[in-house]
Amino acid sequence: MKQGRFAWIVPALYILFLMTPIYWLVAMSFKTNLEITTRFTLFPEAFTLDNYAKVFGDERWRSVFANSLMYVSLNTVISILVALPAAYAFSRYRFFGDKHLFFWLLTNRMAPVAVFTLPFFQLYSAFGLFDTHIAVALAHCLFNVPLAVWILEGFMSGVPREIDETAYIDGYSFPAFFVKIFIPMIASGIGVAAFFCFMFSWVEYLIADALSRNAVVPITTRLQALSQASGTDWGVLAAAGTLTLIPGAIVIWFVRNYIAKGFALGRV
Amino acid sequence: MKPVNQKAWLLVAPVLLLVAISAIIPLMTVVNYSVQYVGSTGRFSWVGDEWYREVLHDEKFWNALWRNLVFSGLILAIQIPLGVLIALNMPRKGWGVPACLVLMALPLLIPWYVVGMIWQMFGRVDIGLMGVMLRDFGYNYEGDPMDAWFTLILMDVWHWTSLVALLAYAGLVSIPDAYYQAARIDGASKWSVFRYIQLPRMARVLTIAILLRFMDSFMIFTEPFAVIAGGDPVFLSTELKQTVELGKKAAMSIIYFLIILALCWVFYAVMTRNDGEPGAADQKQTKGGGA
Repeated sequence: MKQGRFAWIVPALYILFLMTPIYWLVAMSFKTNLEITTRFTLFPEAFTLDNYAKVFGDERWRSVFANSLMYVSLNTVISILVALPAAYAFSRYRFFGDKHLFFWLLTNRMAPVAVFTLPFFQLYSAFGLFDTHIAVALAHCLFNVPLAVWILEGFMSGVPREIDETAYIDGYSFPAFFVKIFIPMIASGIGVAAFFCFMFSWVEYLIADALSRNAVVPITTRLQALSQASGTDWGVLAAAGTLTLIPGAIVIWFVRNYIAKGFALGRV
Repeated sequence: MKPVNQKAWLLVAPVLLLVAISAIIPLMTVVNYSVQYVGSTGRFSWVGDEWYREVLHDEKFWNALWRNLVFSGLILAIQIPLGVLIALNMPRKGWGVPACLVLMALPLLIPWYVVGMIWQMFGRVDIGLMGVMLRDFGYNYEGDPMDAWFTLILMDVWHWTSLVALLAYAGLVSIPDAYYQAARIDGASKWSVFRYIQLPRMARVLTIAILLRFMDSFMIFTEPFAVIAGGDPVFLSTELKQTVELGKKAAMSIIYFLIILALCWVFYAVMTRNDGEPGAADQKQTKGGGA
């Protein structure tokens, strides 16, 4: 389909609109607080890296970043490990209640997390897990395991079943076939599912905030506490905020062709 | 047809166990609270549907529900056409494709609290680029509820329109070139190409986009919380967080959850109608083979 000669203007304007607030955040992170609060400047006049130095130099900032990365990684590993066999079952077999189960998983992806904060707090307190990385990681499984199952099922259904049957005829047992043949075939699907688990755990705020107090404070909780306090250190907040964009920005290139598929739970 | 194999349950069991712990037990706790009154000494007493009646007669609940529905409606009315417009004009080959995909996806990957923080900093009338620009027009999202609405909607458009655009784009690139060639031979106008070729081909992804955007905007909490710290406008999740009485909170949670569940059913029905459902692809194949 031939597009008009000026078609590029539409996405260009849209991307400009997307980049402006991000630019403002990044620009603020290179300004001094004096410049931010007293002068309105489009570019940092007194370019400074002090804000980043403060973030990296402060043990509390370092630990919140480490906390977030820790529970996010744990959650990604758990989600993928349990989702792999389940997705295989959904894509290859019919069994009693399969459709209901598949639907029920989806309802958990869509469940409003605000409903779950209080019961989660009580549940994990009862097990003595409140304020631990594993509690946040397990709680995020609520929406990430269904997401991983749906995405992986989408990828697995693209692999013809003849491959499984040939492998079984060749004498492979199910575990051997699954690990040696099947997993390499859907490696990109696993990558995409892992990326989305990572992302949704990384962007989530309510549950992570509700399940942490001292030991596992996530990055967003600290940002929240500081941004709504009086006498805000805007420069440092902007620097820390900018740093939270980096995990997404790093991996985005590798998944660029799967973004739509991942967000739509593997259904595109 | 996929073979029936009840042993597949073994493969599903870990997921079942994990999600049951993180979904069913908490939900049961909520149900439990919603039918009881917790005294100051921690004693429970059965109150039946009293909390539910209180929520359903609470003006604040209905206001939050309406506000949320209006918000979701506006979000859809803006994001869907805008996303389609962007997708139609996105480049189809060359360096522009990855550039567009990567830059557009960027807001989708920012922590939700940081999205709110970015817009708080961007919109503040003392230090924000947008706030300072619009200050002379009387804009102040902290003082004026209408300006707060405007800011939140603009923020959500900023945050999520890319999702609609990327989904629509995925639908568009799947259209074979032959369709366009046929349209050119027939001398079809741009509008009829859109109406009779592109739109039908995008119908499925757009339904998914509409449902995803509706669900997520209906549950929105973190981003407005970061901008207006629980002030006006109060959405459903905010109302839920601000409710103090345990029983009422629980009853409201259940009502909220049931609404979501009903919407979710629509979502599932649409998503699995064609080829989403496990096994549907095989059925199609079988039919094709039989014909």
